[in-house]
Amino acid sequence: MSTLLLSMKGVSKRFTLHHQNGAQIPVLDQVNLDVRTGECVVLDGPSGQGKSTLLKLIYANYRLSGGEITITPPQGEPVDVGSAAPRALLQLRRETIGYVSQFLRVIPRVPALDIVAEPLTEGPAGSAMTLEAARETARTWLQRLSIPERLWSLPPATFSGGEQQRINIARTLIKPRPLLLLDEPTASLDGKNADVVITLIHEARSRGAAVIGIFHDTAIGRAVATRHVDVSQFRKNA
Amino acid sequence: MKANDVMPLPLLSVQGLSKNYAGRVALQDASFDLWPGEVLAVVGESGSGKTTLLNTVAARLQPDGGQVLYDTRDAGLQDVHAMSQARRRLLARTDWGFVHQHAADGLRMEVSAGANVGERLMGLGQRNYGRLRATAEQWLERVEIDVARIDDAPRTFSGGMRQRLQIARNLVTQPRLVFMDEPTSGLDVSVQARLLDMLRQLNQQMGLAVIIVTHDLAVARLLAHRMVVMYRGCIVETGLTDQVLDDPQHAYTQLLVSSVLPT
Repeated sequence: MSTLLLSMKGVSKRFTLHHQNGAQIPVLDQVNLDVRTGECVVLDGPSGQGKSTLLKLIYANYRLSGGEITITPPQGEPVDVGSAAPRALLQLRRETIGYVSQFLRVIPRVPALDIVAEPLTEGPAGSAMTLEAARETARTWLQRLSIPERLWSLPPATFSGGEQQRINIARTLIKPRPLLLLDEPTASLDGKNADVVITLIHEARSRGAAVIGIFHDTAIGRAVATRHVDVSQFRKNA
Repeated sequence: MKANDVMPLPLLSVQGLSKNYAGRVALQDASFDLWPGEVLAVVGESGSGKTTLLNTVAARLQPDGGQVLYDTRDAGLQDVHAMSQARRRLLARTDWGFVHQHAADGLRMEVSAGANVGERLMGLGQRNYGRLRATAEQWLERVEIDVARIDDAPRTFSGGMRQRLQIARNLVTQPRLVFMDEPTSGLDVSVQARLLDMLRQLNQQMGLAVIIVTHDLAVARLLAHRMVVMYRGCIVETGLTDQVLDDPQHAYTQLLVSSVLPT
């Protein structure tokens, strides 16, 4: 039985640039989208149409200009993303939403292994793992994503783009959260690693997660999608 | 999930705080709540009132209006400015910490590192020399200072070591809230990264709440969960750190964020 996890109603986003004479940049308008557990929604449309913006609105990284976004964690109460307190949003990110951004942004000096392990050590006592247990799980993720063992103890700042992207994926997927937002997770990966990501998405869906993704490579998009949504339809009045 | 699990009482509630200097408004109607374990960054240009806000919240300055409520361990939410001076001092030396920009303002530069770390514990009545020294050794290790330096005075330490010693001196009583005024600003970039990493670990391991004043948006990005932006004595924008930095709403915040040089 699938349940409704995400509901967007009449969502719009525009940017106001105060230092460009208050110029308004409309990006999205009238986004209506429901996503249920077990789905993989692939966002299509040419670049600049607001695909990344849509993910950032769901993650509450960007603020809504209008409309409503409601996220209902499987065992929790619905959260109104636009009006939720910062503390509630942090909890939502910790427990419910995993977001793979296009770039890895982490504190310098922290080894790759600990960066991947970190999400498992966060949260209230009882749900958080000890660092050693979390590292044990992190090792299996680094292995699956073919990060050579000699890199595990190094900070990822000097890694290649593809290696950083895989650290980012491992760090997000290590915690089995119900809603995954993936912004071009395979952009710098070779075919073999892209296949691993496809498998990981299938696994996440089969445990009941919902996935919303952007994939530059349309073949990968087709391989993972249960549904395609063309984002350019949300720009009619934007 | 019960509502109480999500929203316990805040650790600190700042309500309508104002402060004037000789008739000039330094801080106007500042309000925010802070919960256990949260790191809040206060950013803004110099003269915007961020240090005044920090000092007034930390009860180092008396406000001209508003109040600061803190969830004390023994008596729940209390107005810190209405407490007796003795009680306020005890709070500042046990359940709070204050890390200054210049370590010389927060350390005793002529006494040993070990005595600097042990001072708060002695103030609470601990007299057993062996136990004080063992605790000091543990804390030096924790902030990555060679234990062999325990008898040296901090004036012989580098800037980064002094800042780490200042942190150990504050954290030895297991406070729940630490105030920090530009703690990384005088340090080399590599030393800064090490300190940031350490602060983040301590925040996570101890469930420490932190209010950190910084002009460095990269420091705020890496360390803080939430941010307040100050401009001309007022809080003009608040939000999750990445919201404020990636989608700034106020004209001043947009200027601040767009003025950062790319790295």
